[in-house]
Amino acid sequence: MLLPESASTYAPRVDQLFWIILGITGFFFFLVQACLLLFILKYRDRPGQKASYVHGSTLVEIVWTVIPALILVGLTIASQKVWAEIRYPSLAPATSLQVEILAEQFAWNVRYPGPDGQFETPDDISTINQLHLPVGTPVKIHLRSKDVIHSFFVPEFRMKQDAVPGLPQQIWVEASKAGQFEIRCAELCGLGHYRMKGFVTTEPLAEFQAWLTETKANE
Amino acid sequence: MSDHPGFIKKYIFSTDHKVIGIQFLISSLVFMVAGGLLAMLMRWQLGWPGQPLAFMEKIAPEGMPGGVMVPEYYNMLFTMHGSIMIFFGIIPLLVGAFGNYLIPLKIGAPDMAFPKLNALSFWMFIPAALIVLSGFFLEGGAAASGWTAYPPLSALKETMGIGQTMWVAGVIVLGFSSIFGAVNYIATILNLRAPGMTFHRLPISIWMLFTTAILTLLATPVLAASMVLLLLDRTLGTSFFLPAGMIVNGEMLAHAGGQAILWQHLFWFYSHPAVYIMILPSMGFVSDVLPTFARKPIFGYKAIAYAGVAIGGVGFMVWAHHMFQAGMNPALGTTFMISTMVVAVPTGVKIFSWLGTLWRGSIRLRTPMLHALGFISMFLIGGLTGIFVASTPVDMLLHDTYFVVGHIHYVLFGGSLFGAFAGITFWFPKMFGRMMGERLGKIHFWLTFVLFNVVMFPMFVLGIGGMPRRIYDFTQYAGLVHFLQINRVMSLAAFGLMASQFLFAFNFFWSMFLGKKAGDNPWEATTLEWTVPSPPPHGNFAGPVTVHCGPYEYSVPGAKKDWTMQTEKSLGKGH
Amino acid sequence: MKRGLKAGGLAVMVLTLLAAGNKPQEAAAVRPAEAAPAGGATLSGSISVTGNVPAPTKIKMAADPACAQAHPDAVMSRELVASNGKLQNVLVYVKDGVTGSFPAPTEAVVINQTGCMYEPHVFGIQAGQKLEILNSDATLHNVNCQPKLNKKFNLAQPTKGMKSAKTFDQPEVPVPFKCNVHPWMTAYAGVFGHPFFAVSGADGAFSISNLPAGTYTLEAWHEKLGAKTQTVTIAEGESKKITFSFEAK
Repeated sequence: MLLPESASTYAPRVDQLFWIILGITGFFFFLVQACLLLFILKYRDRPGQKASYVHGSTLVEIVWTVIPALILVGLTIASQKVWAEIRYPSLAPATSLQVEILAEQFAWNVRYPGPDGQFETPDDISTINQLHLPVGTPVKIHLRSKDVIHSFFVPEFRMKQDAVPGLPQQIWVEASKAGQFEIRCAELCGLGHYRMKGFVTTEPLAEFQAWLTETKANE
Repeated sequence: MSDHPGFIKKYIFSTDHKVIGIQFLISSLVFMVAGGLLAMLMRWQLGWPGQPLAFMEKIAPEGMPGGVMVPEYYNMLFTMHGSIMIFFGIIPLLVGAFGNYLIPLKIGAPDMAFPKLNALSFWMFIPAALIVLSGFFLEGGAAASGWTAYPPLSALKETMGIGQTMWVAGVIVLGFSSIFGAVNYIATILNLRAPGMTFHRLPISIWMLFTTAILTLLATPVLAASMVLLLLDRTLGTSFFLPAGMIVNGEMLAHAGGQAILWQHLFWFYSHPAVYIMILPSMGFVSDVLPTFARKPIFGYKAIAYAGVAIGGVGFMVWAHHMFQAGMNPALGTTFMISTMVVAVPTGVKIFSWLGTLWRGSIRLRTPMLHALGFISMFLIGGLTGIFVASTPVDMLLHDTYFVVGHIHYVLFGGSLFGAFAGITFWFPKMFGRMMGERLGKIHFWLTFVLFNVVMFPMFVLGIGGMPRRIYDFTQYAGLVHFLQINRVMSLAAFGLMASQFLFAFNFFWSMFLGKKAGDNPWEATTLEWTVPSPPPHGNFAGPVTVHCGPYEYSVPGAKKDWTMQTEKSLGKGH
Repeated sequence: MKRGLKAGGLAVMVLTLLAAGNKPQEAAAVRPAEAAPAGGATLSGSISVTGNVPAPTKIKMAADPACAQAHPDAVMSRELVASNGKLQNVLVYVKDGVTGSFPAPTEAVVINQTGCMYEPHVFGIQAGQKLEILNSDATLHNVNCQPKLNKKFNLAQPTKGMKSAKTFDQPEVPVPFKCNVHPWMTAYAGVFGHPFFAVSGADGAFSISNLPAGTYTLEAWHEKLGAKTQTVTIAEGESKKITFSFEAK
């Protein structure tokens, strides 16, 4: 329902926050709309209806300032935990699997370092728009842009990161299930922005390795 | 010699704040119709991607050859829609029109502190708009890098044509117009209040316009400065926003040393306060309208006033929440998440206080009141959805999707515009001496309210489902094809929503000449503008004005009528 | 444009606002020619390449399923295509020595985007002659053309069957075309003030006919290997064989 399927290890954490916020905002939404409707019906101007001369109430005002404030503090703390876990470089999981994504108008250039683990060597494996990731292993993604700002967005991973020229980014993802997903460019990058589309395939490690070998052989 | 001043003197060189206010009002409404029509074209493309719209071939032969829209034209449409609505629609409507019209009348002043500066502000606004719009008639078309104009896309000749340069130039001119207006409002409110009009007796609308003017004065120079830097990058080859090593069209560019996200910091340092510039005045109008039609003092006057000021103050510390996924240090994301959550508190205070105002009132459901209630109901959704995107992890999914498009439309249409409709229908009798048609006004409200929700609410569903914004044809993503039907419904509702606005336009102009005569105080309201004739004469007040009580003295026990003007001595405990 | 600034004038603007900026492309001014000198000479020959010609690489069609579907077999890059020492896709043209003027032909040159490749990959066109750009694929192609002397353009063709027309005003070699959605898609045009140009075929052969007698500088241009020139003198009605030889590194 509502959310796309979840395909990364941190997606369920993000979703949990989403549902908590939806629950809280949903509650206040119905509360305020119900009061609004009730007051409009109950206090309509009809013969005999007399408005009361009230300027406010300090107690009530304190209550409705403090309660939302406390809820927001709670939300901030909960969000920060998940945010740090996903984004703080110091908390990123250790991994030897790396991939470089170089965004350009209007394509995703994907490059794997090959057996030597080094980029820019002859055993690199490169594709256009085709990103394969193993399930169950964290992968470090080096994200760069050649020209304007793009944004790497895979809804099923709950991951979005702008690719900014001159400002290389490192993100990580650990796929949690096998499947086929889309990379959708989320930052306006020109006339081909709408179809700067990439394809993500998540598969078991062995199949991933086989795909790497086959892609190299095909080059 | 004729005894009336003649067209040119009355309308072109007028320095009367009321004439300038009405000039801003009419021109911003016209621009909003233009911006709305652009949105209709976008809705056509989103509902029926790639289907020809035959008549458009004649109007836009390059943008829609054979009536089929091309992607670059779509990019121009959303760029200009956003720019027109924000820079030439909502801001001049709320601040230019109402600020000018209301401030002197509501504080008991004969005119603005600097009437000529005021006229200059209007006469820079019109050329600014024409410069920005001229892009449509130039080689390569209008600006197409979004209303946010992120470099490098917006900064390179290789990626954006002359239309983008005109856009930047126009926004700089507009910036000066805004600054002149703001200086004037601040000076007027500080210096020209009538005797007895203390700060705590100012109507909330004036509090909000005052806060808005301060925001404008502090933030707009930053926008103007960053636009100048962008203009230099575009025209003189500087590299403020352009890093080394960019390769465009196969060639390494000569730029080096700049930083692309510096623009985002500068731009949002203005544009986030600008969101408050666009919502605070509406909050003010609603705070004036609610007590009048609930016949009850506003609940928590000081809380509402100070909450508005707090929103403005904290509003300066939240700008980078637009940039959580932009590549800045994640610790900054934490900081800006905290400040953003903080802003929700005074916003909540306002909403609860408005509810408190309705509680045990005697509610008259006239058109201005309907729009004010619509404002509360819709702005609430705009505010609550803001909490989703304030949460940094949830923002990873929702940033730059239709969720954000929905959020901003609930704030700016559901909030700002409903507030503006409340304001226009409320003060129309004062401006033109005649009442707006009540029945047509109610039909317009209900059509707008219902259709607005049919257009905008599904955007949240689309965004949560992963549909990015600014997408010319979403159907080429296999994972989004199933959104086609819902988009069609939204488009049909959007066409209806646009059509409904012509009802309002008809009502507006028809009532201007043929509406029922209004009298000085048709709503039985309390503030100073209702003590003078409708429309007020040049100079506003016939004699000296003295203020004796607060702005919302309704239903004072023991009073003969259920409203006590600010010029009367109140029997109640209100100040 | 005379347009009042009063409120009424603004309404006019709203209507005209929707008009897109660009005026239709003006046809290049074709000078009414004093009758171009009719000629009967022919220059023909072939282009050879020596050295270590790298094997063409496979194009990564998987980048777009719409492209991959069009090609059951692998497609090789066309940047450097040679067989048996003969070089394809070399633009051969008379660079200097042509006098008089030659009106542009009325029929259009067509460049087709099909199977996510440009057809042809290299071509010549006369200044003022119409270039018809066709998208035969059910995917977006943008045609990003960045000449140095002529007017640059970058237009998108989102749907199958879409056509656009352009002309170039002045002679220029090369005029590069690129699709940014499919980074391997490149094409090159030569724009000339006369009809004396040809592109070498798979066998490296080319032929330029109807030349008037005269002394000409002939240039052969290749996208990877650069340009070579030679001077030829040819008499009326004569047929001459020319060879160019490139060296691959």
